[in-house]
Amino acid sequence: MGMAKRRINIAVTGLNAIDSPGPGIPVIRALRESSLFDVRIIGLSYEALEPGIYMHHLVDKTYQIPLPAAGVEQLLNRLRYIHEAEQLELIIPNFDAELFNFIRLADVLLKEMGIRTFLPGMEQFEARHKVNLEAYGKEHGLKIPKSKSLTRHAEIASLSHDFSYPLMVKGKFYDALIAHTPEQVKACFNTLGSKWGLPVIVQEFIQGQEVNVTALGDGKGQMIGAVAMRKQYVTDKGKAWSGISIDDEKLLDMARRLFETSLWRGGLELEVIRTEEEEYYLIEINPRFPAWIYLAAGCGQNHPEALVRLALGEDVKPFEGYDVGKLFIRYSYDMIVELDEFMKISTQGEL
Amino acid sequence: MKLKKNIALSDTGFVFDPSTGNSFTVNPIGLEIIGYLKEGRNAEEIKREITARYETDGPGFEKDLADFVNMLQKLKLTDGNGKATD
Amino acid sequence: MKKQAYERPIIQKLNTGLMNKYGTKTEYEPVTHIDGHAVHDLLQAHGSPLFVLSEKTMRQAFRDANRAFKTRYPKVQFAWSYKTNYLSAVCNVYHQEGSWAEVVSGFEYRKALDNKVPGTKIIFNGPAKTGEELELAIRHDSLIHIDHFDELYSLTQLAENMNRRPRVAIRVNMDTGVYPMWDRFGFNYEDGQARDAIHMIVQGDKLELVGLHCHIGTFMLSPSAYGVAAAKLSQLVMEVKKTYGKTLQYIDLGGGFASKNTLKGSYLQGVDACPTIDQYAEPICTAILNAGFTEDELPLLILETGRALIDEAGYLLGTVVSNKRLADGRRATILDFGVNILFTSFWYDHRISPAQPFGQYTEDAVLYGPLCMNIDVVREHITLPPLKKDDRVVVHTVGAYNMTQWMQFITLRPAVVMVGKDQTVSVVRKRETMASIQQEEQVPEHLKHPDL
Repeated sequence: MGMAKRRINIAVTGLNAIDSPGPGIPVIRALRESSLFDVRIIGLSYEALEPGIYMHHLVDKTYQIPLPAAGVEQLLNRLRYIHEAEQLELIIPNFDAELFNFIRLADVLLKEMGIRTFLPGMEQFEARHKVNLEAYGKEHGLKIPKSKSLTRHAEIASLSHDFSYPLMVKGKFYDALIAHTPEQVKACFNTLGSKWGLPVIVQEFIQGQEVNVTALGDGKGQMIGAVAMRKQYVTDKGKAWSGISIDDEKLLDMARRLFETSLWRGGLELEVIRTEEEEYYLIEINPRFPAWIYLAAGCGQNHPEALVRLALGEDVKPFEGYDVGKLFIRYSYDMIVELDEFMKISTQGEL
Repeated sequence: MKLKKNIALSDTGFVFDPSTGNSFTVNPIGLEIIGYLKEGRNAEEIKREITARYETDGPGFEKDLADFVNMLQKLKLTDGNGKATD
Repeated sequence: MKKQAYERPIIQKLNTGLMNKYGTKTEYEPVTHIDGHAVHDLLQAHGSPLFVLSEKTMRQAFRDANRAFKTRYPKVQFAWSYKTNYLSAVCNVYHQEGSWAEVVSGFEYRKALDNKVPGTKIIFNGPAKTGEELELAIRHDSLIHIDHFDELYSLTQLAENMNRRPRVAIRVNMDTGVYPMWDRFGFNYEDGQARDAIHMIVQGDKLELVGLHCHIGTFMLSPSAYGVAAAKLSQLVMEVKKTYGKTLQYIDLGGGFASKNTLKGSYLQGVDACPTIDQYAEPICTAILNAGFTEDELPLLILETGRALIDEAGYLLGTVVSNKRLADGRRATILDFGVNILFTSFWYDHRISPAQPFGQYTEDAVLYGPLCMNIDVVREHITLPPLKKDDRVVVHTVGAYNMTQWMQFITLRPAVVMVGKDQTVSVVRKRETMASIQQEEQVPEHLKHPDL
């Protein structure tokens, strides 16, 4: 006879299962399939139209929370209210933009309400930021494309001393464009600078195949799990529409080394370019599970479940291996929702 | 002035306009006023109702009502081009 | 039967993608009292609008900063940045706490003398000191921070003429990895200008080089940049020792620490983004301690912190003049203060609270000042409970720069009061009158009559 599953109340953000999806729903699906936990899922949403709010088979109850820009204090007040009703035991935030606030609140949530999180420390979180990535790579022995932060037009002309064209030009927070000439860098600088603020980052363009890893660290230097994936089809927003799990020991080693030296706690995604010469360049670290995290569970590594165990302080043994050659293929699906439900979440902030 | 006939109201302050698909929120006083307008009451009657039960004087409320009705018109929740004082 | 509280009727279109109402609560929690005094009473007694300063908050901020640095580094000296707020009452709060004076003009210099700050405890900064002002500073044996070569030459000449040996430092600008890099003040570190200036001073032997100064920027949200600056200045101090056998007495890291205001366009709330004073102190003190000085060579660390010590101690109280509806349906609220006295609303989205209790409903609004000028916008977008004419509001975190950069434009400037540490309210600057402005004017005889 199997053991009874442990009941646990978990709050999850990122319910925006739209064409550029948040990781919330895939995380919840993985948790629902846990053999260890019987989960009650409390959705935390920012907008009344996040599809997850209405997916009652996956999300038991949803509360609106203040946008990250409203600040830590307002978030804390709202979480106090939600905790009173739901006795939260764990929160899994899934958006880059909200992590700053949740990391700041982690101690208070635990001490005041006993709510656990499993997040990187503020220093780790800041250090992996695009602007700091080159230094971060150096520190952890990873190859990073050469990059430079631009704050002025005047700096563009001299780029050719250190870089050869084409170049990647990246916004401080999002967006990446390719530029083949200094004139194009100027145009990208204007576009990205006005949208995301300065600096704008130029990065050496690395020719090769993009591969991705989703991984989980225990915060003590051990990598608990990692699954590598290659995108097979990409939407016009650059999001994976389909991908396949791959076996790439070098890539997994890279992730393992990163956890060993950085002591990263929680989930992350590495975006990596593999060149013809089998060199691996890290181009970005996303400080949370990616939207394709359900593939990891589908391949035998249920990272969200492992994260819950880690958050509860359990001793978790690293996963060994996963199914290679499994695909995920995303699809969209139209739900029919009564006005009454939309009304409730809009006016009362909960559903 | 007349409110569009098919406007849907909930007691939580949610207003839905089926002809445009727009949704709105109102505060309790606003909700009460929309309720009266739906019943076809005129500005004078509404003023009497509100000033009898709330801490506001007639002229003060008239100004707020005119502004509120003006908003309803801007938000295309009214029929025709009537005025608040009709 | 008792009547229910009334609130103006409001209707708002539901827009997805905008701030939901659960996100705005604390901004409109009423703030009815400042340091135990009712906003209503303060305005009644001193008129609206009114600046209020809290002595308690000022002293607490100073003591926190002093503790943060002194527990990490043995020799620390603060110098009150006059331009941040040079009301004499304010300056003397910080002087009583032990701050020297940091001034950037002859006017500020004389203010410091008037406040009875000893000349040797005045730091004279700035790019435009006149010969006369330099002479004054030399006579009082102040610390003169040289900004450019022309000033260096003038000072050398003055020293010779006066037969004195002025105590000087040079201001150094440098790349600390932050944007924008301030290279308009002082001598550049990377291109060798700073070393040239030092060489000229030491070889010229007319001026006594006693320290190095830098000021890397304003409202700096990244404390690590100060670590870089402290390391580079320390390096330069060691070089001077090695090259000329000369021990410099101090490193002045200037100011620029942020306050809890929210910069316009910032995604995070200022309260969350602003580093603590300990977070600034840590990289600065660590950098100097690790630079390789022997214990008795450790330079005095001078800090010219202004904003971080006073911003939160300042409030602006005001009154709603009127409400109106803009053509696009937005609510506009006109207040009796604007950019004329709240200059910082050009940079910050100031937190503004109503001073009376409200229900839970809010509306989006734009807040305008009273000036008949299109630029007079206090907040381009804010979510507040419905305000009505004569309601009071409280603007938070206005202690820095407003009481110095305010303009006598279109209308007169309001009074400033300070709530003392014993809770008494003192006027520290009187409300301006027609006379305060008119007394400076002179009218030629033939223009004395309008002849209308």
